[in-house]
Amino acid sequence: MQARLLLEDGTLFTGLGFGAEGVSTGEVVFNTGITGYQEVLSDPSYCGQIVTMTFPLIGNYGINRDDFESIRPYIHGFVVRRHEPVPSNWRAQYTLDRLLKEYGIIGISDIDTRMLTRILRRHGTMKGILTTGSERVEELRERLDASPLLRDQVARTSTKQVFSSPGRGERIVLIDYGAKSGILRELTQRGCDVVVVPHNVTADEIRRLHPDGIQLSNGPGDPKDVPHAVETVRQLLGEYPIFGICLGHQIFALACGADTEKLKFGHRGGNHPVKELATGRCYITSQNHGYTVKEDSIQGTELTVTHINNNDKTIEGLKHNRYPAFSVQYHPEAAPGPFDSSYLFDQFLEMIRDHKRNNPERPRQAQLAETLRGELQYAQK
Amino acid sequence: MPKNKDLKKILVIGSGPIVIGQAAEFDYAGTQACQALKEEGLEVVLINSNPATIMTDTNMADKVYIEPINLEFVSQIIRQERPDGLLPTLGGQTGLNMAVELARAGILEQEGVKLLGTQLSAIERAEDRDQFRELMRELGQPVPESAIVTSVQEAVDFANEIGYPVIVRPAYTLGGTGGGIAQTEEELRETVESGIRYSPIGQCLIEKSIAGMKEIEYEVMRDANDNCIVVCNMENFDPVGVHTGDSIVVAPSQTLSDREYQMLRSASLKIIRALNIEGGCNVQFALDPHSYQYYVIEVNPRVSRSSALASKATGYPIAKMAAKIAIGYTLDEIVNPVTGQTYACFEPTLDYIVSKIPRWPFDKFVSANRKLGTQMKATGEVMAIGRTFEESIHKAVRSLEIGTHRLLLKGADEIEDQTLRTRLSKPDDERLFLVAEAFRRGWPLQEIQDLTRIDWWFLDKIERIVKFEDVIRREPGLTFETLRQAKRLGFTDRAIAELRREGQGAGAAHTTEADVREYRLQQGLKPVYKMVDTCAAEFEASTPYYYSTYETENEVLPSDKEKIVVLGSGPIRIGQGIEFDYSTVHAVWAIRNAGYEAVIINNNPETVSTDFNTSDRLYFEPLFFEDVMNVIEQEKPIGVIVQFGGQTAINLAGPLARAGVRILGTSLDSIDEAEDRKRFEALLRRLNIAQPKGTTVTSVDEAVGAARELGYPVLVRPSYVLGGRAMEIVYSDEELLAYMKEAVKINPEHPVLIDRYMLGKEIEIDAICDGETVLIPGIMEHIERAGVHSGDSIAVYPPQSLSEDIKKQAVDITIRIAKELKTVGLVNIQFVVWNDKVYVIEVNPRSSRTVPFLSKVTNVPMANLATRAILGEKLADLGYREGLWPEDEHVSVKVPVFSFAKLRRVDPTLTPEMKSTGEVMGRDRQFAKALYKGLLGANMKIPSSGSIIATVADKDKAEAVEILRGFYNLGYKLLATGGTAEALEKAGMRVTRVNKLSEASPNIVDLIRSGQAQFVVNTLTKGKTPERDGFRIRREAVENGVVCLTSLDTVRALLTMLESLRFSSEPMPVLQP
Repeated sequence: MQARLLLEDGTLFTGLGFGAEGVSTGEVVFNTGITGYQEVLSDPSYCGQIVTMTFPLIGNYGINRDDFESIRPYIHGFVVRRHEPVPSNWRAQYTLDRLLKEYGIIGISDIDTRMLTRILRRHGTMKGILTTGSERVEELRERLDASPLLRDQVARTSTKQVFSSPGRGERIVLIDYGAKSGILRELTQRGCDVVVVPHNVTADEIRRLHPDGIQLSNGPGDPKDVPHAVETVRQLLGEYPIFGICLGHQIFALACGADTEKLKFGHRGGNHPVKELATGRCYITSQNHGYTVKEDSIQGTELTVTHINNNDKTIEGLKHNRYPAFSVQYHPEAAPGPFDSSYLFDQFLEMIRDHKRNNPERPRQAQLAETLRGELQYAQK
Repeated sequence: MPKNKDLKKILVIGSGPIVIGQAAEFDYAGTQACQALKEEGLEVVLINSNPATIMTDTNMADKVYIEPINLEFVSQIIRQERPDGLLPTLGGQTGLNMAVELARAGILEQEGVKLLGTQLSAIERAEDRDQFRELMRELGQPVPESAIVTSVQEAVDFANEIGYPVIVRPAYTLGGTGGGIAQTEEELRETVESGIRYSPIGQCLIEKSIAGMKEIEYEVMRDANDNCIVVCNMENFDPVGVHTGDSIVVAPSQTLSDREYQMLRSASLKIIRALNIEGGCNVQFALDPHSYQYYVIEVNPRVSRSSALASKATGYPIAKMAAKIAIGYTLDEIVNPVTGQTYACFEPTLDYIVSKIPRWPFDKFVSANRKLGTQMKATGEVMAIGRTFEESIHKAVRSLEIGTHRLLLKGADEIEDQTLRTRLSKPDDERLFLVAEAFRRGWPLQEIQDLTRIDWWFLDKIERIVKFEDVIRREPGLTFETLRQAKRLGFTDRAIAELRREGQGAGAAHTTEADVREYRLQQGLKPVYKMVDTCAAEFEASTPYYYSTYETENEVLPSDKEKIVVLGSGPIRIGQGIEFDYSTVHAVWAIRNAGYEAVIINNNPETVSTDFNTSDRLYFEPLFFEDVMNVIEQEKPIGVIVQFGGQTAINLAGPLARAGVRILGTSLDSIDEAEDRKRFEALLRRLNIAQPKGTTVTSVDEAVGAARELGYPVLVRPSYVLGGRAMEIVYSDEELLAYMKEAVKINPEHPVLIDRYMLGKEIEIDAICDGETVLIPGIMEHIERAGVHSGDSIAVYPPQSLSEDIKKQAVDITIRIAKELKTVGLVNIQFVVWNDKVYVIEVNPRSSRTVPFLSKVTNVPMANLATRAILGEKLADLGYREGLWPEDEHVSVKVPVFSFAKLRRVDPTLTPEMKSTGEVMGRDRQFAKALYKGLLGANMKIPSSGSIIATVADKDKAEAVEILRGFYNLGYKLLATGGTAEALEKAGMRVTRVNKLSEASPNIVDLIRSGQAQFVVNTLTKGKTPERDGFRIRREAVENGVVCLTSLDTVRALLTMLESLRFSSEPMPVLQP
């Protein structure tokens, strides 16, 4: 079956289709990871995007039940040099082809993916349309022009309901902007009592959960598309320890008065070097983002840059000068990618414990008594 | 952190001679390191005994010592040079062992030399089995159950406890020397016995066998700031059980999910951190194919063979980075030289598949045991890059130059099912092809997997290749789509033609290579070239490092400069080693200096020539007509230089010239004149130059007739071969017939050459000619007389025993031949001196094995001058005159180095067939001292007293007695068997008689085993089957590390050396009344 990919700049790739049939549009991006296609496919941050894998053989180890980063893939298309129909791995349960078919995602293979990558590198990411049909190119062009990029990806991927993953440790409220399971996994592994809340949660709703700390998740798209999320974080600043990841980092930055911008072709892969400025240490990180915090917007805010990308020097980590709050642009939860930065979750929990030590709570009973007294007075009025 | 300011002068230790397990990759590593250190303004002192290396060029370091790498010499150099630091991690196991020795002897501390890169404790923790296991336990890293033993009994006891099979790994040895898998107690006893002997500390590890698991390797780097990265991981096609140097390897891993990949990555980082390595490190894992269970097999705390492969596979120069880290740089501050804009602190990502296939010497060592196990046997390797596994493996196969260009082995279809089954389950060098054969027989994949335990993924790809062969065969007309698919799967035009012929009959369309090629070009199907850029195109890169594939976008940018293509020499094999890479690199440099763009085509990942910094453009491609032609069409060079790439490149000259490509330098016609027997004879006749009488025969009967006419002994060999392959001296009809039956295929297309065998002194000359002037940098005299391959002889420069007249004759002949052949570039001539007359044995119209040695000892930059001559410069204008270059005052000796210990069942006797894998050089003011250094460098133990076991053939007895008398007079004890003992006694020497093998124990072999002799002198008796006593004696000597001399010439040279180096004690002359 033939499949085609038409880019906004007019470049047309003709290859073979796999996965689902049909037509789909999205922002065409590339990921340089060699392994981890299942995690990439199911990472909600790719919502609405047509993802190209630069490694040419995809599907080698099939699809298994464990490596999903969310309940379903949200991508709008998958581009590979060669789709491997016969996987080999002890955990493989079915093929990449079947996964894409089940979720109605169009795949295209047998095109020059390196050429596509080079185009995206030079021109920046752009819109594309993927089809398995026989439409004329002009027709595809019209459809492409008529399809704006999504702006509601966070709403599409965030949980609709509050749910909890109980534990005996610190209570963490995880605001889900399209979270990867990895974040939840890292927190629960550390014994946290996690409550996952939707992106449009209000500050009061969070307060009512009496969290020890707030985790801002990763998520798809432009942080400026979710002003309500920024507002919520702004209200909670200083009240609770906060740790932001990826989109959560950008939302945190906006909440602190900094600004964000779009990168030419983003960072997507598992080999990005990040330098911790305090120590000079470098970490190889997993990344997936198209936007970044503007360097010159930090001035005048209460933020300090803690990490930078060692290659293009963009901001990779921030901390608040007064409040217990920090964030990173990359993915300490890995999956896919290296686990070098998982220590950040420990750092977050350490920060929570410090915060508690510095802000000792009054004994619960006294608090309760005060509340009860207040309620009694109210009732008497 | 900036570089360490305390370091001003650094000593780099090279890896010494090329042996199996330690090859050209360390020249590549050492060269990069020296360049990296010099770049930083440091003074570099280098020691390496191997002259055939780029790193020992005097422009690579501030001071180059070509001396034996042993405690005595290195200590002396340290005292002389007083370096601030020692960098041992780029010189392979040799460098590392040397560092340990220096440290233990207290030299480093005494002289205040800092050990750079890896600390002594780390080396010990990684290399000492006991400490390694302790470390792994601390880190929570699983290792297979094992025990350290220092005796055979301990090994047997332990094996009984954990059960067979077990793996035996001797401590501190190279490429698994002396190790192996033991299935039974008997095998275990044998292996452990030799293992203990090979281990410098007499220690072996007995380990539970984990054969059959996936074998995965990680190349890791770390700096002093604890930044760690993984450069590359690799997956072995062959499961655990085959030494990784003998395995087909792909990069990156193909069957690991991200979880498994990251699990092993994290483990690798944990290990390198615990070892505190500052530089590169290699970690090998076994991974259970059915669970997350893994084991750490081995850690190399240094740059290794795998690092060279990883460097070429990714573009990331590990050795260079390791050198910078060793002097205090951190990864985040070193710019990635590939992109020029990102930093070395990142992990390369690949957008292609790399395949490595080892190159084994079994084509030369027909009697060797071809089974692959934990002891490495390959001499070299090829690497290929493709966008699919099929394309990549196909390219690798045709890079091997083993007579096949696809997954087809001649004669495989005749193997019986049962044999095929056995050979699939017990890996040998041909298993890849046998897997394909099994698929051709329609065997189910599952069955093949059960037999081979090769991962399903790889087998599926091979099955796909085999199935696609059928598509090509059967399709009624060859469609564009099928052709395109075939090219994308890596099939050559020749393969497609062959398959079409098989399926459609010889008369059908597209059944010749030329026809397929034409059709393909008509269809516009040409390869494009993609760049190896470390980052999968994420960043712009400027590396001129390309591979071909059949896709859409071509990334090679056009350039206006005139270009010259240089063909490399492919994988390292016996007879075509690193020496050719040396010349290739010099040619490339000369071309660049002359203002042209130098384009190199080669497929050997170990070499300096395939460092992308060497040339203007590197095409990592097979040296196969189609692939070379494609590059030529892409680059449109003004010509191609073939004379530096050994026989590989010379063999391509004809097809290329016929395709209209201009061959630069000596013309194709002249090449042919030198190589074609008949034309060559005519040439010598014309010039009135003598050669040993000989003839060409095309049938067995003719051969017998010719031999009788010439008179035995005769020298027989097939035409057009390299390194004396299948060349033998035969003494009778019987032997001749046996040779004709076993060693060659004789027919009009494959004639056999028969020469009268002249037992004279051999000499060799390399000359440079520009068509007008013939410059002869030097004459080399061989210690061993004709009959021992020139590559296996000890060569001496300047000659020590030649008369002026002989030299004059040789020089005169060389000049006349070079001129007659209108040589432009290099020519190598071998002579035999017989009754004061010089005869020509062979003319090679190309760069030879001796070019690097001769260049170094004469200081004449031979490859450079040859290249300049090829480019049109005149030697006269460069200040050179015709004739012999003035002889050096120093004496230099080139000593061959063998790898017999690694190749069971190979006879260590020196014959006309080349057997050595490498060479070392000894240089001093006197011949004896130079030879001493050479022999030391070749790892020969030369005690000044001790015992010699002699057992020589009848024909050699008289000569042997006289030589042995010399040793006797020096105080050596003589031990000899029957006839030899008798002869010695008759000559008035005291001899201890030794039982022959057939006699009661203790016999000669027992003596060798028990280490009671320092030398074995054994000359060849007729019949070369392993059953012969002589063979067993020689093997026993080799396996027990006892010096075994099979040529009386070598023994005499040794005697001369010992005599002149020893203070002799003589009684005072009695006063005459």
